[in-house]
Amino acid sequence: MSLKTVTKYARGAGFIAYALFLGFSFLKDFGPGKKIGLNLGYFSLGMLKLLPIAFILIGLFEVWVKKETVEKYFGTKSGLRGHMGGILLAGTTVGGLYVAFPVAYTLYSKGADIGVLFTYIAASAICRVPMTIFEASFLGIKFSIIRLLISIPLVIFSSMLLGKYLTSRNYKIRH
Amino acid sequence: MYYLYAFVLIAIVVSFLTDRSKTYLAFKVAFRKFIGILPAFASMLILVSIILALLPNSVILHYLGGGSMFEGVILASSIGSITLMPGFIAFPLCGILLSKGVTYTVLSAFTTTLMMVGFVTFPIEKRYFGVKVTIIRNVVSLFIAVIVAVITGIFYGEIFA
Repeated sequence: MSLKTVTKYARGAGFIAYALFLGFSFLKDFGPGKKIGLNLGYFSLGMLKLLPIAFILIGLFEVWVKKETVEKYFGTKSGLRGHMGGILLAGTTVGGLYVAFPVAYTLYSKGADIGVLFTYIAASAICRVPMTIFEASFLGIKFSIIRLLISIPLVIFSSMLLGKYLTSRNYKIRH
Repeated sequence: MYYLYAFVLIAIVVSFLTDRSKTYLAFKVAFRKFIGILPAFASMLILVSIILALLPNSVILHYLGGGSMFEGVILASSIGSITLMPGFIAFPLCGILLSKGVTYTVLSAFTTTLMMVGFVTFPIEKRYFGVKVTIIRNVVSLFIAVIVAVITGIFYGEIFA
């Protein structure tokens, strides 16, 4: 049996064990197990509200936006402007990393620069506008501003380096 | 959130009126991509559900509240890296932590790793970018988070003051 088949079966067994554990916890009123089940329901619902529309937008983007447009704004030649564009796009992203990955993949397939993608991914973790406003209301605007002013240059710098390194190694994203 | 729904609805209608077959294709692409990544999402949800049950707010408070700044940053970035919380849970929690005397330095390490470093998103990230790049990106993000935390501490006079 190849390693791939083994991992496939291991994952299947994991899923089944998890489901059985949850079922058992609810039947026998096992507190920690029930907590895990409630967490699962809660987070699944949150994601179900977001993911379908995120993927519909990705679908519309795939059919309507031309490759040249993405190349122009986010391509290798776009330079620092491309990274800024990545941050602006990230500001409007909802959800966080798990939405950013499929979006980044779509941008990549339309010709975006790898470095710009990493800026976009990191920025959609830390620069989302609604989230930042929410953060500022709990931790103060000073906190949010310091965080953004320090992290954005670091993100752009490290993404450029990582992009250069991966391009030089002829890295291709496959799916 | 409702603006987003409205925006998507308008986008669909406009797309449909402009080109019907292209819109169908868009839905097909969306559905195929969604189904393709669903197992990875399931893995992530399972990881999140277990980790958050193991690390309730009281435990997080206990670990971030005491000890030295150095320990605090290490613990905060570790907890932040392995957990994933939506903002509307994470920031109120940070507000409570702040009122309990947790420093801005530690909170900065916690929030930044919470958002940028994803142990639980590993199954999804790996599917798109491969194991190696996923590890590199997360390690780089962890470093960025620590740097941001230290500079935040300097600004608030918590470090070198």
